[in-house]
Amino acid sequence: MSGGIDWQAIALSVRLAVVVVSILLVLGTPLAWWLTFRRKRWTFLVEAVVALPLVLPPTVLGFYMLLAMGPHSPLGRAWDALTGHGLAFTFEGLVLASLFYSLPFVVQPIATAFAQLDRTILEASATLGASPWRTFTRVTLPLSRDGLLTAAVLGFAHTLGEFGVVLMVGGNLPGVTRTVSISIYDQVQAFDLAAANATALLLLGVSFAALAAVYAVLRKPWAVAPIA
Amino acid sequence: MTLHAVVRSRVSEQFTLDVSIDTPPGITILFGASGSGKSTLLRAIAGLLRPDAGRIAVGERTLFDAAAGVCLPPQRRSIGYVFQHLALFPHLTARANLEFGLHDVPPAERLVRVDDIAQRFHIDRLLERRPTQISGGERQRVALARALVTDPGVLLLDEPLSALDHATQTRIIDDLREWNRARRIPVLYVTHAHREVFALGERVVVLERGRVLASGTPHEVIDLPVHETIAQLAGFENLFSATVAGRRPEGGVMQCRLGESATELEVPLGVADVGAAVRVAIRAGDILLATEEPRGLSARNVLRGTLASLSPQGTTVVATVEAGERFVVHLTAGAVDSLGLRTGMPVWLVVKTHSCRIVWL
Repeated sequence: MSGGIDWQAIALSVRLAVVVVSILLVLGTPLAWWLTFRRKRWTFLVEAVVALPLVLPPTVLGFYMLLAMGPHSPLGRAWDALTGHGLAFTFEGLVLASLFYSLPFVVQPIATAFAQLDRTILEASATLGASPWRTFTRVTLPLSRDGLLTAAVLGFAHTLGEFGVVLMVGGNLPGVTRTVSISIYDQVQAFDLAAANATALLLLGVSFAALAAVYAVLRKPWAVAPIA
Repeated sequence: MTLHAVVRSRVSEQFTLDVSIDTPPGITILFGASGSGKSTLLRAIAGLLRPDAGRIAVGERTLFDAAAGVCLPPQRRSIGYVFQHLALFPHLTARANLEFGLHDVPPAERLVRVDDIAQRFHIDRLLERRPTQISGGERQRVALARALVTDPGVLLLDEPLSALDHATQTRIIDDLREWNRARRIPVLYVTHAHREVFALGERVVVLERGRVLASGTPHEVIDLPVHETIAQLAGFENLFSATVAGRRPEGGVMQCRLGESATELEVPLGVADVGAAVRVAIRAGDILLATEEPRGLSARNVLRGTLASLSPQGTTVVATVEAGERFVVHLTAGAVDSLGLRTGMPVWLVVKTHSCRIVWL
Protein backbone atom coordinates (compact mmCIF):
# COMPACT_ATOMS: atom_id res chain seq x y z
CA MET A 1 0.00 0.00 0.00
CA SER A 2 1.70 3.16 -1.09
CA GLY A 3 1.43 6.44 -2.86
CA GLY A 4 -2.30 7.05 -3.04
CA ILE A 5 -5.44 8.04 -1.35
CA ASP A 6 -6.90 5.13 0.60
CA TRP A 7 -10.30 5.10 -1.12
CA GLN A 8 -11.37 1.99 0.71
CA ALA A 9 -10.89 3.74 4.06
CA ILE A 10 -12.73 6.84 2.85
CA ALA A 11 -15.68 4.79 1.63
CA LEU A 12 -15.78 2.98 4.96
CA SER A 13 -15.70 6.22 6.94
CA VAL A 14 -18.48 7.75 4.88
CA ARG A 15 -20.58 4.60 5.25
CA LEU A 16 -20.00 4.62 9.01
CA ALA A 17 -20.89 8.30 9.31
CA VAL A 18 -24.08 7.95 7.25
CA VAL A 19 -25.27 4.95 9.28
CA VAL A 20 -24.41 6.57 12.61
CA VAL A 21 -26.02 9.94 11.81
CA SER A 22 -29.17 8.26 10.49
CA ILE A 23 -29.58 6.23 13.67
CA LEU A 24 -28.73 9.22 15.87
CA LEU A 25 -31.32 11.46 14.19
CA VAL A 26 -33.99 8.82 14.77
CA LEU A 27 -32.98 8.18 18.40
CA GLY A 28 -31.60 11.61 19.29
CA THR A 29 -34.65 13.63 18.25
CA PRO A 30 -37.03 12.00 20.74
CA LEU A 31 -34.27 12.10 23.36
CA ALA A 32 -33.79 15.83 22.76
CA TRP A 33 -37.58 16.32 22.91
CA TRP A 34 -37.73 14.47 26.21
CA LEU A 35 -34.78 16.45 27.64
CA THR A 36 -36.45 19.73 26.64
CA PHE A 37 -40.16 19.22 27.24
CA ARG A 38 -40.44 16.46 29.83
CA ARG A 39 -37.88 17.51 32.39
CA LYS A 40 -37.75 15.54 35.61
CA ARG A 41 -35.73 16.24 38.69
CA TRP A 42 -33.05 13.78 37.54
CA THR A 43 -32.93 14.94 33.90
CA PHE A 44 -29.60 16.66 34.55
CA LEU A 45 -28.01 13.22 35.08
CA VAL A 46 -29.12 12.10 31.61
CA GLU A 47 -27.75 15.35 30.20
CA ALA A 48 -24.40 14.70 31.86
CA VAL A 49 -24.23 11.18 30.42
CA VAL A 50 -25.11 12.45 26.93
CA ALA A 51 -22.44 15.14 27.17
CA LEU A 52 -19.69 12.83 28.53
CA PRO A 53 -18.08 12.12 25.13
CA LEU A 54 -17.42 15.85 24.79
CA VAL A 55 -14.91 15.78 27.63
CA LEU A 56 -13.81 12.15 27.88
CA PRO A 57 -10.63 11.06 26.07
CA PRO A 58 -11.84 8.87 23.18
CA THR A 59 -9.54 6.11 24.40
CA VAL A 60 -11.39 5.99 27.73
CA LEU A 61 -14.73 5.73 25.99
CA GLY A 62 -13.27 3.19 23.57
CA PHE A 63 -11.79 1.14 26.39
CA TYR A 64 -15.11 0.77 28.18
CA MET A 65 -16.91 0.12 24.91
CA LEU A 66 -14.43 -2.63 24.21
CA LEU A 67 -15.05 -4.16 27.64
CA ALA A 68 -18.82 -3.89 27.08
CA MET A 69 -18.52 -5.64 23.72
CA GLY A 70 -16.08 -8.32 24.83
CA PRO A 71 -16.94 -12.02 24.52
CA HIS A 72 -17.49 -12.25 28.29
CA SER A 73 -19.84 -9.28 28.59
CA PRO A 74 -23.64 -9.72 28.46
CA LEU A 75 -23.77 -7.59 25.32
CA GLY A 76 -20.98 -9.50 23.61
CA ARG A 77 -22.57 -12.86 24.47
CA ALA A 78 -26.00 -11.73 23.29
CA TRP A 79 -24.54 -10.49 20.00
CA ASP A 80 -22.62 -13.71 19.52
CA ALA A 81 -25.78 -15.75 20.15
CA LEU A 82 -27.63 -13.61 17.62
CA THR A 83 -25.06 -13.41 14.81
CA GLY A 84 -22.51 -16.11 15.47
CA HIS A 85 -19.57 -13.73 15.83
CA GLY A 86 -18.33 -11.15 18.31
CA LEU A 87 -19.01 -7.43 18.31
CA ALA A 88 -15.51 -6.08 18.87
CA PHE A 89 -13.39 -5.42 15.78
CA THR A 90 -16.45 -5.44 13.49
CA PHE A 91 -18.23 -2.70 11.56
CA GLU A 92 -21.31 -3.14 13.80
CA GLY A 93 -19.17 -2.65 16.88
CA LEU A 94 -17.75 0.48 15.35
CA VAL A 95 -21.28 1.78 14.69
CA LEU A 96 -22.31 1.11 18.28
CA ALA A 97 -19.27 2.89 19.72
CA SER A 98 -19.70 5.81 17.32
CA LEU A 99 -23.32 6.22 18.39
CA PHE A 100 -22.15 7.07 21.90
CA TYR A 101 -19.18 9.06 20.69
CA SER A 102 -21.24 11.36 18.45
CA LEU A 103 -24.40 11.45 20.57
CA PRO A 104 -23.90 14.94 22.08
CA PHE A 105 -23.09 16.45 18.70
CA VAL A 106 -26.53 15.41 17.44
CA VAL A 107 -28.67 15.73 20.57
CA GLN A 108 -27.45 19.14 21.71
CA PRO A 109 -28.25 21.17 18.56
CA ILE A 110 -31.70 19.57 18.40
CA ALA A 111 -32.39 20.20 22.09
CA THR A 112 -31.21 23.79 21.69
CA ALA A 113 -33.55 24.29 18.74
CA PHE A 114 -36.47 22.82 20.72
CA ALA A 115 -35.72 25.02 23.72
CA GLN A 116 -35.72 28.12 21.54
CA LEU A 117 -39.20 27.43 20.18
CA ASP A 118 -41.95 29.79 21.26
CA ARG A 119 -44.02 27.59 23.56
CA THR A 120 -47.21 29.49 22.80
CA ILE A 121 -46.92 28.36 19.16
CA LEU A 122 -46.98 24.75 20.34
CA GLU A 123 -49.89 25.57 22.66
CA ALA A 124 -51.72 27.24 19.78
CA SER A 125 -51.35 24.02 17.83
CA ALA A 126 -52.98 22.06 20.68
CA THR A 127 -55.88 24.52 21.01
CA LEU A 128 -56.46 24.05 17.26
CA GLY A 129 -57.11 20.36 17.88
CA ALA A 130 -53.70 18.94 17.03
CA SER A 131 -52.57 15.82 18.90
CA PRO A 132 -49.10 15.92 20.47
CA TRP A 133 -47.80 13.86 17.52
CA ARG A 134 -49.30 16.23 14.96
CA THR A 135 -47.88 19.21 16.85
CA PHE A 136 -44.47 17.51 16.85
CA THR A 137 -44.42 16.67 13.13
CA ARG A 138 -46.19 19.77 11.77
CA VAL A 139 -44.89 22.48 14.08
CA THR A 140 -42.00 21.41 16.32
CA LEU A 141 -39.91 19.66 13.65
CA PRO A 142 -40.35 22.18 10.80
CA LEU A 143 -39.54 25.08 13.13
CA SER A 144 -36.43 23.20 14.35
CA ARG A 145 -35.15 22.62 10.81
CA ASP A 146 -31.91 24.54 11.39
CA GLY A 147 -31.13 22.60 14.56
CA LEU A 148 -31.72 19.26 12.78
CA LEU A 149 -29.47 20.30 9.91
CA THR A 150 -26.72 21.43 12.27
CA ALA A 151 -27.05 18.15 14.19
CA ALA A 152 -26.74 16.06 11.04
CA VAL A 153 -23.65 17.87 9.78
CA LEU A 154 -21.87 18.01 13.14
CA GLY A 155 -22.64 14.33 13.77
CA PHE A 156 -21.42 13.39 10.30
CA ALA A 157 -18.20 15.38 10.48
CA HIS A 158 -17.45 14.21 13.99
CA THR A 159 -17.97 10.53 13.14
CA LEU A 160 -15.85 10.93 10.01
CA GLY A 161 -12.93 12.23 12.06
CA GLU A 162 -12.95 9.87 15.05
CA PHE A 163 -9.74 8.09 15.83
CA GLY A 164 -9.29 6.94 19.41
CA VAL A 165 -12.55 5.08 19.78
CA VAL A 166 -12.07 3.35 16.43
CA LEU A 167 -8.57 2.28 17.35
CA MET A 168 -9.80 0.79 20.63
CA VAL A 169 -12.90 -1.08 19.50
CA GLY A 170 -12.28 -1.48 15.78
CA GLY A 171 -8.65 -2.11 15.40
CA ASN A 172 -7.29 -1.71 11.91
CA LEU A 173 -8.93 -4.17 9.52
CA PRO A 174 -8.94 -2.92 5.91
CA GLY A 175 -12.49 -2.51 4.59
CA VAL A 176 -14.00 -3.43 7.96
CA THR A 177 -12.71 -1.05 10.58
CA ARG A 178 -9.86 0.88 8.99
CA THR A 179 -11.43 4.34 8.77
CA VAL A 180 -9.82 7.31 7.09
CA SER A 181 -8.20 8.73 10.21
CA ILE A 182 -6.62 5.34 11.00
CA SER A 183 -5.45 5.13 7.42
CA ILE A 184 -3.76 8.52 7.64
CA TYR A 185 -2.05 7.45 10.85
CA ASP A 186 -0.80 4.28 9.17
CA GLN A 187 0.50 6.22 6.19
CA VAL A 188 2.44 8.58 8.45
CA GLN A 189 3.83 5.65 10.44
CA ALA A 190 5.02 4.18 7.13
CA PHE A 191 6.64 7.51 6.17
CA ASP A 192 4.29 7.74 3.16
CA LEU A 193 3.74 11.45 3.77
CA ALA A 194 2.50 12.12 0.24
CA ALA A 195 -0.33 9.62 0.60
CA ALA A 196 -1.12 10.89 4.12
CA ASN A 197 -1.24 14.42 2.80
CA ALA A 198 -3.54 13.51 -0.07
CA THR A 199 -5.99 11.69 2.22
CA ALA A 200 -5.82 14.36 4.94
CA LEU A 201 -6.38 17.12 2.38
CA LEU A 202 -9.44 15.33 1.08
CA LEU A 203 -10.85 14.96 4.60
CA LEU A 204 -10.15 18.64 5.29
CA GLY A 205 -11.86 19.66 2.07
CA VAL A 206 -14.94 17.53 2.69
CA SER A 207 -15.31 18.78 6.27
CA PHE A 208 -14.92 22.39 5.22
CA ALA A 209 -17.40 22.02 2.37
CA ALA A 210 -19.99 20.42 4.65
CA LEU A 211 -19.71 23.14 7.28
CA ALA A 212 -19.68 25.92 4.70
CA ALA A 213 -22.83 24.48 3.13
CA VAL A 214 -24.60 24.45 6.51
CA TYR A 215 -23.64 28.00 7.36
CA ALA A 216 -24.68 29.14 3.90
CA VAL A 217 -28.12 27.62 4.45
CA LEU A 218 -28.47 28.94 8.00
CA ARG A 219 -27.62 32.45 6.83
CA LYS A 220 -30.73 32.47 4.71
CA PRO A 221 -33.46 34.51 6.39
CA TRP A 222 -35.77 32.05 8.00
CA ALA A 223 -38.45 33.49 10.25
CA VAL A 224 -38.47 31.09 13.17
CA ALA A 225 -38.46 33.83 15.77
CA PRO A 226 -41.83 34.80 17.29
CA ILE A 227 -43.46 37.78 15.68
CA ALA A 228 -43.22 40.84 17.84
CA MET B 1 -74.34 27.75 25.70
CA THR B 2 -72.75 29.21 28.77
CA LEU B 3 -69.17 28.87 29.88
CA HIS B 4 -69.12 27.89 33.51
CA ALA B 5 -65.78 28.00 35.29
CA VAL B 6 -64.95 27.47 38.93
CA VAL B 7 -61.20 27.46 39.17
CA ARG B 8 -58.84 27.24 42.08
CA SER B 9 -55.18 27.16 41.18
CA ARG B 10 -52.20 27.86 43.38
CA VAL B 11 -49.77 29.58 41.05
CA SER B 12 -47.10 30.50 43.59
CA GLU B 13 -46.59 30.93 47.33
CA GLN B 14 -48.13 34.37 47.16
CA PHE B 15 -50.72 33.92 44.45
CA THR B 16 -53.75 31.70 44.22
CA LEU B 17 -56.38 32.07 41.54
CA ASP B 18 -59.80 31.48 43.07
CA VAL B 19 -62.69 32.48 40.84
CA SER B 20 -66.13 31.43 39.76
CA ILE B 21 -67.58 32.91 36.58
CA ASP B 22 -70.51 32.21 34.31
CA THR B 23 -70.14 33.62 30.83
CA PRO B 24 -73.22 33.61 28.61
CA PRO B 25 -72.91 34.00 24.82
CA GLY B 26 -71.59 37.42 23.83
CA ILE B 27 -68.46 39.34 24.68
CA THR B 28 -67.35 39.44 28.31
CA ILE B 29 -64.38 41.55 29.27
CA LEU B 30 -61.98 40.11 31.80
CA PHE B 31 -60.47 43.20 33.30
CA GLY B 32 -57.61 43.59 35.75
CA ALA B 33 -54.05 44.70 36.27
CA SER B 34 -51.20 42.48 35.14
CA GLY B 35 -50.72 39.74 37.70
CA SER B 36 -54.39 39.68 38.64
CA GLY B 37 -54.83 36.19 37.22
CA LYS B 38 -56.53 36.92 33.89
CA SER B 39 -54.17 34.86 31.75
CA THR B 40 -54.03 32.06 34.33
CA LEU B 41 -57.82 31.77 34.14
CA LEU B 42 -57.75 31.66 30.32
CA ARG B 43 -55.05 28.99 30.36
CA ALA B 44 -57.06 26.89 32.80
CA ILE B 45 -60.15 27.13 30.58
CA ALA B 46 -58.15 26.20 27.48
CA GLY B 47 -56.54 23.24 29.24
CA LEU B 48 -53.00 24.64 29.08
CA LEU B 49 -52.86 24.59 32.87
CA ARG B 50 -54.43 22.11 35.26
CA PRO B 51 -56.16 23.79 38.21
CA ASP B 52 -55.96 22.27 41.68
CA ALA B 53 -59.70 22.26 42.11
CA GLY B 54 -62.93 23.30 40.44
CA ARG B 55 -65.02 22.53 37.40
CA ILE B 56 -65.08 23.94 33.88
CA ALA B 57 -67.94 23.25 31.50
CA VAL B 58 -69.36 24.61 28.26
CA GLY B 59 -73.09 24.00 28.32
CA GLU B 60 -73.51 20.37 29.35
CA ARG B 61 -70.01 19.41 28.26
CA THR B 62 -67.54 19.02 31.13
CA LEU B 63 -63.98 19.96 30.25
CA PHE B 64 -62.51 19.74 33.71
CA ASP B 65 -63.80 18.36 36.97
CA ALA B 66 -61.26 17.93 39.73
CA ALA B 67 -63.63 15.91 41.92
CA ALA B 68 -64.46 13.48 39.09
CA GLY B 69 -60.86 13.36 37.85
CA VAL B 70 -61.83 14.71 34.42
CA CYS B 71 -59.33 16.88 32.56
CA LEU B 72 -59.60 17.01 28.77
CA PRO B 73 -56.38 17.94 26.95
CA PRO B 74 -56.49 21.25 25.03
CA GLN B 75 -56.87 19.55 21.65
CA ARG B 76 -60.16 17.98 22.75
CA ARG B 77 -61.75 21.08 24.31
CA SER B 78 -62.80 22.91 21.15
CA ILE B 79 -61.84 26.28 22.60
CA GLY B 80 -60.49 29.01 20.36
CA TYR B 81 -57.54 30.86 21.85
CA VAL B 82 -55.95 34.04 20.49
CA PHE B 83 -52.64 34.55 22.24
CA GLN B 84 -51.22 37.91 23.23
CA HIS B 85 -48.40 37.54 20.73
CA LEU B 86 -50.72 35.68 18.36
CA ALA B 87 -48.53 32.55 18.01
CA LEU B 88 -49.10 32.24 14.28
CA PHE B 89 -47.13 29.43 12.63
CA PRO B 90 -44.24 31.34 11.03
CA HIS B 91 -43.39 28.53 8.58
CA LEU B 92 -46.91 28.42 7.11
CA THR B 93 -48.83 30.79 4.87
CA ALA B 94 -51.90 32.56 6.23
CA ARG B 95 -54.04 29.99 4.40
CA ALA B 96 -52.15 27.05 5.92
CA ASN B 97 -52.48 28.72 9.33
CA LEU B 98 -56.25 28.84 8.88
CA GLU B 99 -56.39 25.27 7.56
CA PHE B 100 -54.33 23.91 10.44
CA GLY B 101 -57.30 23.36 12.74
CA LEU B 102 -59.39 21.79 9.95
CA HIS B 103 -57.25 18.74 9.16
CA ASP B 104 -60.11 16.29 9.72
CA VAL B 105 -62.52 18.32 7.58
CA PRO B 106 -62.92 17.15 3.92
CA PRO B 107 -60.79 19.33 1.57
CA ALA B 108 -63.77 20.80 -0.31
CA GLU B 109 -65.47 21.94 2.87
CA ARG B 110 -62.16 23.15 4.27
CA LEU B 111 -61.72 25.43 1.26
CA VAL B 112 -65.23 26.87 1.69
CA ARG B 113 -64.77 27.53 5.39
CA VAL B 114 -61.36 29.14 5.00
CA ASP B 115 -62.59 31.39 2.20
CA ASP B 116 -65.69 32.34 4.17
CA ILE B 117 -63.82 33.32 7.35
CA ALA B 118 -61.12 35.09 5.31
CA GLN B 119 -63.79 37.29 3.72
CA ARG B 120 -65.43 38.09 7.04
CA PHE B 121 -62.12 39.23 8.48
CA HIS B 122 -60.91 40.90 5.27
CA ILE B 123 -57.79 38.80 4.80
CA ASP B 124 -58.81 37.02 1.58
CA ARG B 125 -56.17 38.86 -0.46
CA LEU B 126 -53.21 37.86 1.70
CA LEU B 127 -53.86 34.16 2.24
CA GLU B 128 -50.77 33.08 0.30
CA ARG B 129 -48.40 35.20 2.40
CA ARG B 130 -46.46 34.25 5.49
CA PRO B 131 -47.00 35.97 8.86
CA THR B 132 -43.76 37.95 8.47
CA GLN B 133 -44.98 39.40 5.17
CA ILE B 134 -48.14 41.07 6.50
CA SER B 135 -48.85 43.97 8.88
CA GLY B 136 -49.58 43.74 12.61
CA GLY B 137 -53.29 44.36 12.13
CA GLU B 138 -53.44 41.72 9.39
CA ARG B 139 -51.63 39.21 11.60
CA GLN B 140 -54.19 39.94 14.27
CA ARG B 141 -56.99 39.19 11.81
CA VAL B 142 -55.34 35.94 10.71
CA ALA B 143 -55.00 34.85 14.35
CA LEU B 144 -58.67 35.60 15.04
CA ALA B 145 -59.79 33.85 11.87
CA ARG B 146 -57.58 30.83 12.62
CA ALA B 147 -59.23 30.41 16.03
CA LEU B 148 -62.77 30.96 14.72
CA VAL B 149 -62.67 28.84 11.56
CA THR B 150 -62.68 25.69 13.71
CA ASP B 151 -66.09 26.71 15.07
CA PRO B 152 -65.06 26.63 18.75
CA GLY B 153 -67.55 26.48 21.61
CA VAL B 154 -65.81 29.35 23.39
CA LEU B 155 -63.38 32.03 22.21
CA LEU B 156 -60.61 33.28 24.51
CA LEU B 157 -58.64 36.41 23.65
CA ASP B 158 -55.59 37.40 25.69
CA GLU B 159 -55.02 41.13 25.13
CA PRO B 160 -54.78 40.58 21.39
CA LEU B 161 -55.21 44.19 20.30
CA SER B 162 -52.92 45.89 22.81
CA ALA B 163 -50.13 46.48 20.27
CA LEU B 164 -52.35 48.04 17.59
CA ASP B 165 -53.34 51.64 16.96
CA HIS B 166 -56.79 52.80 17.94
CA ALA B 167 -58.33 52.87 14.45
CA THR B 168 -57.12 49.36 13.60
CA GLN B 169 -58.39 48.08 16.95
CA THR B 170 -61.83 49.53 16.32
CA ARG B 171 -62.15 47.94 12.88
CA ILE B 172 -61.12 44.52 14.16
CA ILE B 173 -63.47 44.81 17.13
CA ASP B 174 -66.32 45.62 14.74
CA ASP B 175 -65.58 42.49 12.70
CA LEU B 176 -65.42 40.37 15.84
CA ARG B 177 -68.76 41.71 17.05
CA GLU B 178 -70.31 41.14 13.66
CA TRP B 179 -69.10 37.55 13.73
CA ASN B 180 -70.33 37.07 17.30
CA ARG B 181 -73.82 38.28 16.33
CA ALA B 182 -74.06 35.38 13.88
CA ARG B 183 -72.38 32.80 16.15
CA ARG B 184 -73.56 33.30 19.69
CA ILE B 185 -70.74 31.74 21.70
CA PRO B 186 -69.17 33.05 24.90
CA VAL B 187 -66.20 35.28 24.12
CA LEU B 188 -63.85 36.04 27.01
CA TYR B 189 -61.70 39.04 26.22
CA VAL B 190 -58.79 39.90 28.51
CA THR B 191 -57.63 43.49 28.68
CA HIS B 192 -56.28 46.08 31.05
CA ALA B 193 -57.12 49.00 28.75
CA HIS B 194 -60.27 50.70 30.00
CA ARG B 195 -61.10 52.03 26.54
CA GLU B 196 -61.63 48.47 25.28
CA VAL B 197 -64.05 47.76 28.12
CA PHE B 198 -66.52 50.30 26.78
CA ALA B 199 -65.79 49.62 23.12
CA LEU B 200 -66.40 45.91 23.38
CA GLY B 201 -67.97 44.52 26.46
CA GLU B 202 -71.52 43.55 27.02
CA ARG B 203 -70.34 42.42 30.43
CA VAL B 204 -67.22 42.94 32.44
CA VAL B 205 -65.62 40.81 35.14
CA VAL B 206 -63.00 42.57 37.24
CA LEU B 207 -60.20 40.45 38.69
CA GLU B 208 -57.82 41.46 41.41
CA ARG B 209 -55.17 39.27 43.01
CA GLY B 210 -56.84 36.14 41.72
CA ARG B 211 -60.37 36.96 42.82
CA VAL B 212 -63.47 38.37 41.17
CA LEU B 213 -63.91 41.89 42.48
CA ALA B 214 -67.00 42.92 40.57
CA SER B 215 -69.02 41.93 37.55
CA GLY B 216 -71.85 43.42 35.53
CA THR B 217 -72.30 45.76 32.58
CA PRO B 218 -69.35 48.09 31.95
CA HIS B 219 -71.23 51.08 33.29
CA GLU B 220 -72.39 49.30 36.40
CA VAL B 221 -68.86 48.23 37.20
CA ILE B 222 -66.65 51.04 36.01
CA ASP B 223 -68.81 54.06 36.79
CA LEU B 224 -69.16 53.01 40.39
CA PRO B 225 -65.53 52.62 41.29
CA VAL B 226 -66.09 51.34 44.78
CA HIS B 227 -62.69 49.81 44.73
CA GLU B 228 -59.33 51.40 44.17
CA THR B 229 -58.26 48.89 41.51
CA ILE B 230 -61.32 49.66 39.46
CA ALA B 231 -60.80 53.40 39.91
CA GLN B 232 -57.23 53.19 38.68
CA LEU B 233 -58.12 50.92 35.83
CA ALA B 234 -61.14 52.98 34.89
CA GLY B 235 -59.00 56.04 34.32
CA PHE B 236 -59.33 58.08 37.49
CA GLU B 237 -56.07 59.97 37.34
CA ASN B 238 -56.56 61.59 40.75
CA LEU B 239 -56.67 59.30 43.74
CA PHE B 240 -56.29 60.88 47.18
CA SER B 241 -56.08 59.43 50.65
CA ALA B 242 -58.60 61.34 52.71
CA THR B 243 -60.36 61.47 56.07
CA VAL B 244 -64.06 62.08 56.49
CA ALA B 245 -64.20 65.47 58.27
CA GLY B 246 -67.95 65.96 58.44
CA ARG B 247 -71.25 64.55 57.21
CA ARG B 248 -74.39 66.35 56.11
CA PRO B 249 -76.87 63.56 55.36
CA GLU B 250 -79.68 66.06 54.76
CA GLY B 251 -77.67 67.57 51.90
CA GLY B 252 -76.47 64.17 50.65
CA VAL B 253 -72.85 65.25 50.98
CA MET B 254 -69.86 64.95 53.24
CA GLN B 255 -66.56 66.79 53.68
CA CYS B 256 -63.26 64.99 53.17
CA ARG B 257 -59.86 66.34 54.15
CA LEU B 258 -57.16 65.31 51.69
CA GLY B 259 -54.05 63.66 53.13
CA GLU B 260 -52.15 65.80 55.68
CA SER B 261 -53.21 69.04 54.00
CA ALA B 262 -55.94 71.46 55.01
CA THR B 263 -57.61 71.02 51.62
CA GLU B 264 -61.18 69.84 51.92
CA LEU B 265 -63.51 68.53 49.24
CA GLU B 266 -67.25 68.16 49.34
CA VAL B 267 -68.11 64.71 48.05
CA PRO B 268 -71.29 62.63 47.71
CA LEU B 269 -72.45 61.08 50.98
CA GLY B 270 -71.09 57.61 51.61
CA VAL B 271 -71.48 55.09 54.42
CA ALA B 272 -68.15 56.11 56.00
CA ASP B 273 -68.25 57.68 59.49
CA VAL B 274 -66.50 60.87 60.52
CA GLY B 275 -62.81 60.14 60.99
CA ALA B 276 -62.85 57.15 58.61
CA ALA B 277 -60.05 56.81 56.07
CA VAL B 278 -61.31 56.78 52.49
CA ARG B 279 -59.96 57.38 49.01
CA VAL B 280 -61.33 60.07 46.73
CA ALA B 281 -61.12 59.52 42.96
CA ILE B 282 -61.53 62.29 40.38
CA ARG B 283 -61.09 62.06 36.60
CA ALA B 284 -58.56 64.58 35.26
CA GLY B 285 -61.06 65.64 32.62
CA ASP B 286 -63.70 66.49 35.23
CA ILE B 287 -61.66 69.30 36.83
CA LEU B 288 -61.97 72.89 35.57
CA LEU B 289 -59.03 75.26 35.76
CA ALA B 290 -59.35 79.05 36.14
CA THR B 291 -56.74 81.83 36.26
CA GLU B 292 -58.91 84.08 38.46
CA GLU B 293 -60.99 83.16 41.45
CA PRO B 294 -64.33 82.06 40.01
CA ARG B 295 -67.58 83.31 41.59
CA GLY B 296 -71.21 82.47 41.21
CA LEU B 297 -70.68 78.79 40.45
CA SER B 298 -72.85 75.86 41.36
CA ALA B 299 -69.74 73.76 41.90
CA ARG B 300 -68.99 73.49 45.60
CA ASN B 301 -65.27 72.82 45.45
CA VAL B 302 -63.04 75.74 44.46
CA LEU B 303 -59.41 75.21 45.40
CA ARG B 304 -56.56 77.66 45.13
CA GLY B 305 -53.25 76.28 43.91
CA THR B 306 -50.13 76.74 41.83
CA LEU B 307 -49.63 75.41 38.32
CA ALA B 308 -46.72 72.99 38.71
CA SER B 309 -46.27 71.55 35.22
CA LEU B 310 -47.69 71.41 31.71
CA SER B 311 -46.92 68.56 29.34
CA PRO B 312 -48.59 68.00 25.97
CA GLN B 313 -49.67 64.41 25.28
CA GLY B 314 -51.16 64.16 21.83
CA THR B 315 -54.09 66.58 21.58
CA THR B 316 -54.38 66.86 25.37
CA VAL B 317 -52.22 68.90 27.71
CA VAL B 318 -51.67 67.28 31.10
CA ALA B 319 -51.36 69.91 33.85
CA THR B 320 -50.43 69.28 37.44
CA VAL B 321 -51.56 71.69 40.10
CA GLU B 322 -50.23 71.91 43.65
CA ALA B 323 -53.24 72.61 45.88
CA GLY B 324 -52.42 70.90 49.14
CA GLU B 325 -52.30 67.71 47.11
CA ARG B 326 -51.07 67.37 43.56
CA PHE B 327 -53.99 67.33 41.11
CA VAL B 328 -53.82 66.12 37.50
CA VAL B 329 -55.97 68.16 35.10
CA HIS B 330 -56.56 67.51 31.39
CA LEU B 331 -56.80 70.60 29.16
CA THR B 332 -56.94 71.28 25.46
CA ALA B 333 -53.98 72.99 23.79
CA GLY B 334 -56.32 75.86 22.86
CA ALA B 335 -57.30 76.43 26.49
CA VAL B 336 -53.63 76.57 27.51
CA ASP B 337 -52.99 79.25 24.87
CA SER B 338 -56.03 81.43 25.51
CA LEU B 339 -55.53 81.38 29.29
CA GLY B 340 -51.82 82.11 28.85
CA LEU B 341 -50.94 79.34 31.28
CA ARG B 342 -47.38 79.22 32.58
CA THR B 343 -45.92 77.05 35.28
CA GLY B 344 -45.66 78.78 38.64
CA MET B 345 -48.75 80.96 38.20
CA PRO B 346 -51.64 80.86 40.69
CA VAL B 347 -54.74 78.98 39.48
CA TRP B 348 -58.08 77.84 40.84
CA LEU B 349 -59.48 74.33 40.49
CA VAL B 350 -63.23 73.76 40.23
CA VAL B 351 -64.60 70.32 41.03
CA LYS B 352 -68.26 69.38 41.17
CA THR B 353 -69.33 67.37 44.19
CA HIS B 354 -70.52 64.51 42.03
CA SER B 355 -67.26 64.38 40.07
CA CYS B 356 -65.70 63.09 43.28
CA ARG B 357 -66.06 59.38 43.97
CA ILE B 358 -65.45 57.64 47.22
CA VAL B 359 -63.37 54.52 46.86
CA TRP B 360 -62.93 51.90 49.56
CA LEU B 361 -59.52 50.58 50.35
